[in-house]
Amino acid sequence: MSINATLIGQMITFALLVWFTMKYIWPPLFDSLEERRKKIAEGLAAAEKGQEEMQLAEKKAKNVLKEAKQQSSEIVSLAQKRANEIVEESKEAAKKEGDRLVLAARAQVEQEMQQAKEGLRQEVAALALVAAEQILGAEIDQAKHQDIINNVSNQLG
Amino acid sequence: MATEAHAAEGATGYIIHHLTSLHVGEGFWALHLDTLFFSAVLGGLFVWFFKSAAEKATAGVPGLVQSFAEMLIEFVDTQVKDSFHGHSKLIAPLALTIFCWVFLWNFMDLFPVDILPLIGSLMGIDYLRVVPSTDLNATFAMSISVFFLIIFYSIKIKGVWGFTKELTLQPFGIWLLPFNLLLKLVEEFAKPISLALRLFGNLYAGELIFILIALLPWYIQPVLSFPWAIFHILIITLQAFIFMVLTIVYLSMAHEDH
Repeated sequence: MSINATLIGQMITFALLVWFTMKYIWPPLFDSLEERRKKIAEGLAAAEKGQEEMQLAEKKAKNVLKEAKQQSSEIVSLAQKRANEIVEESKEAAKKEGDRLVLAARAQVEQEMQQAKEGLRQEVAALALVAAEQILGAEIDQAKHQDIINNVSNQLG
Repeated sequence: MATEAHAAEGATGYIIHHLTSLHVGEGFWALHLDTLFFSAVLGGLFVWFFKSAAEKATAGVPGLVQSFAEMLIEFVDTQVKDSFHGHSKLIAPLALTIFCWVFLWNFMDLFPVDILPLIGSLMGIDYLRVVPSTDLNATFAMSISVFFLIIFYSIKIKGVWGFTKELTLQPFGIWLLPFNLLLKLVEEFAKPISLALRLFGNLYAGELIFILIALLPWYIQPVLSFPWAIFHILIITLQAFIFMVLTIVYLSMAHEDH
């Protein structure tokens, strides 16, 4: 129960322990704590910055989208306008072409009709001549009655 | 068990047996081998645990060991920052060592009072006191070391002249110099003595109560020793904490210039 040399031994042990703690235990553990604290602070700051940047980017994206929409609607309206023009133009062209075709067809029809008439006239004249020959019972001199034939055929025309 | 084993010596013999250290040598040069052994083993345990945590210390995600070590480090650091406003590389590690070491000393008190002495007696060791903080040598060794540090820092910060002035001129001025000196000396010496005796007294009393409970019939023992052990968990932590905080306070007082 008395104080004795154990005291000295304990003091030496204590001094050794304190020295060891001071040298090898406290610094690395404390440093790692500090470093982690710093890291967390940095991480939080970075997160905040990131959020800000994201908001900015969102704003920017919105603007770009808006612009793009505007541009696209402009382009569409322009295209519509141009399409209308093209349709008008082609309508015009078609009309012209149609008219031309109609005219040409008409001319051809006229011509064919004329030819048919001519053929018909000649045939009728020949028929008339044959009929007249039979009626008259006489031969009609072609050359002599050319005038008459012509006259008839003209009347038929 | 206790009562039967020591029936021949009686209760007094049993208590005395439990409070006798395993020692070699006589007089002042006697050594309490049990105190030296257990405090060295516990100190080794403390150093081993923290060293293994420190070796793997990382600023990334900490492991279980590192988390626990860091919890203690942070706890001690908070205490140091609360009362000590200077800059010192020694005080925080010193406080950590004191807290953990004293806690481990005190923790030995929670082992059943007879188990380690029984194992000792099987190995041929007659006397064994397992709680170093019930040995005045252990508590005084620590408090006297702290006392030396107080003196060292007082002189280092204030200078020999400043420290002398503080010892002689306060609180009543130069005309009551001897009285001042007497007051101051009492104040200074009260620090290590109160530190050591507070820890020793608490643990010694606690140990004694465990021994007394062990003398009761076996069916009463759990009823008493269980709540006392639970209460003791508080005591051992509190005493370690008080020793640490007072050390920090005393050293910060030594650092302050009046």
